[in-house]
This record gives sequence, structure tokens and C-alpha cells, in this order.
Amino acid sequence: MSLFVIIISGILINNYVLSRILGICPFLGVSKQVETAFGMSMAVTFVMTLAGVITWLAQTYVLEKLGLGYMQTVTFILVIAALVQFVEMVIQKFSPTLYQSLGIYLPLITTNCAVLGVSILNIKEEFGLLETTVNSAASAIGFGLAIVLFAGIRERLELSNIPEAFKGFPIALFTASLMSLAFLGFAGLV
Amino acid sequence: MNNRRVFMDGIIFNNPTFVQVIGMCPTLAVSNSAVNGFGMGLAATAVLIGSNIVISMLRKATPDEIRIPIFIVVIATFVTIIEMIVQAFFTPLYEALGIFLPLIVVNCIILARAEAFAFKNSVFSSAVDGLSNGLGFTLALTILGVIRELFGAGSVFGKTVMWGSFEPMSIIVQPAGGFLVLGILLAIFSIFTAKKASV
Repeated sequence: MSLFVIIISGILINNYVLSRILGICPFLGVSKQVETAFGMSMAVTFVMTLAGVITWLAQTYVLEKLGLGYMQTVTFILVIAALVQFVEMVIQKFSPTLYQSLGIYLPLITTNCAVLGVSILNIKEEFGLLETTVNSAASAIGFGLAIVLFAGIRERLELSNIPEAFKGFPIALFTASLMSLAFLGFAGLV
Repeated sequence: MNNRRVFMDGIIFNNPTFVQVIGMCPTLAVSNSAVNGFGMGLAATAVLIGSNIVISMLRKATPDEIRIPIFIVVIATFVTIIEMIVQAFFTPLYEALGIFLPLIVVNCIILARAEAFAFKNSVFSSAVDGLSNGLGFTLALTILGVIRELFGAGSVFGKTVMWGSFEPMSIIVQPAGGFLVLGILLAIFSIFTAKKASV
């Protein structure tokens, strides 16, 4: 697969949130304001790209060399947990405001299934190191795109008159459904 | 808290999907057919019971500061075991669930129960809590799966039930349909809970 195809596929066609349905918790949880959504997507992009590369190296040079392929899940989640801890400390040091607004969702990147998902899919697709890096970054950008667009719509929804029963999660899910439908249009692109 | 209360809480009053609205990724992704939803629910239930029991047993020996990494290692171990069992004995399900089977490890429900319940309660209560939350999750996934399969493919658990000229709405089994059906179910659920609260 050429790198260009991987990029387009990661961002638009196989968008992590809207087509693969990974990373829904932060997508629904941190999308009330564009600003926090943007901060979250930056944090996720950073973690996801690094995690993709490091887990690939761990799989290729440690697990496969030692014949420990079945330890994949345990190893990957530990690598991701350590990375998130690191990013959390960096953000806390350099941008306390961002740190406060991301609140509890920062440690929750650990349990963002998109991050572990991209790591496992990189191995499953038998990508090389360069393809892994590009695919992880593209997937993260796709996640960021979806969550920022979604936050923009939700900011407008706050001001509109919604039937009582649909307030909160139901209307958010309907919005996500329509966005997913729109992204379905990219399916024939490549 | 008595164990019957714990049990009912997990399944109905504090249902992980309909009330707490957590664990959304597998809920939306694998509920495109009743069998997949049911299988995923049972796999998650098995992990949940195992991890709750072990974490509860270790709760006095676990230092507060590093409890989350310890929880994650315990959960990942059980996920690996379940993954191997499903791969060995239920191969079609293994292929249908795909990447979402290892991803049980990052299902927020399991970490949430470890943190909120197993870390503070006795081993037996934690096992009950794991079972009930797991069944609550299974119930939600199966309901979603049945609805989506019925309208999206005209069948339930793989058996055709709709009349012959029924045209399946294939959008319902797509991701977009997952969001839509869950949104409608949550809206219905909130109508009932709102009525209860106002009485």
C-alpha cells in the first residue's frame, strides 16, 4: 500500500471514530467545547503516534525474537500506560490550563481503545516501521478531525431547543450517526 | 450493601450501557448482530468476574499510587486467557469480533468496576458485582444486536424472521445505524427515568 493511500484511508475512509468505532468514550466525553476537543486531539495524536512506533518496535524486536507473541496485549497496554503518564507530566508542567480543562480524560487516554487499536492493527496489517508511523499519525489526525467537528456541532446544539428526552447523550449519538453517514461517502475514494 | 442489591444494581438500576453510558466502543461496534453482541457480552463478563475477584483479593497488598497499572496488568492477563479460549473453541466468533476481543482490556466498564467496587469490597461481593455488571452489559449488547439484526438483515440470531418481501435496511448494521439505534434506546430510557423522578 502506498503511503498516500494509508494517509487518506486513516483520516477519511477508515476514520477511527466514525467507521471503525474506536475511541468513542473521549469522542462523547470531551466534545462539549471545541477548545478542549482540540487539546484532547493533540494529546491523542502525540500519544498515538509514539505508541504505534514503540509497540511496533516492541513487537518486532522483543516479542517476536523471544517467541512471546501471546504477551502482545499485556505488553502494549503497559507501554501505552507509561506513555500517557509521561505526556500527562509534560502537559501539567507546560500548560496548567490545558491540564485542568482535560481533567480526568487525560489518564483515560490509557483506556482509549483507538490507541491500543492502532497498535494492534499495525501489527495485523504487517506494516513496516515507516508505514506504521504514517498510519498511526494519520489515524490520530482522523480522530482529531472527527472530535473537533463533532464539538463544533455540539456547541451549536447547546443553544437549540431539543426535546427533553433527547438532551445529552441521545442527541449526541444522533449527530454522530449523521456524521458517520457523511463519512460513508468517502468509502469509494481509493 | 447486600449482595442481592449489588446484583440488581449492575443489571438494571446502574446498567453500564444504559445508565452509566460507558464501554461504548464494543457496544456500538459488535452489536451488528445478536450473536456477536451476546458473545462479546459473555467474553467481557468472564474477564470482569476474574479481574474483580483477583483485584479484590489483592486490595490490601496494593499500594494506592500504583493501583491503576496493577489493575491493567490483571485485566490484560484475563483478556489474554479469554482470547485464547475463544480462538480455540469458538473460532467463528473469534473472527467476527476481530480486534475488539483484545480491546476488552480497554473497556472502561472493567476498569471502572475495579476502581469503584472491587478495590473496596470483599471477594464474594466483587464476584457478584462482576457477574451482574457483565450480565447488564450482555443484556444491553444483545438488545441492541437483536434490534439491529432484525431491521438490518431481517433475522434474529441468524434465523430469518421477517416476511419475504422485507427489504433489509442495511444502514442499521453500519456504524451510522449503531449510533442511531443506541441514541433512540437511550432517549426511550430517559423518558422512563424522567417520569419516575417526577412522580
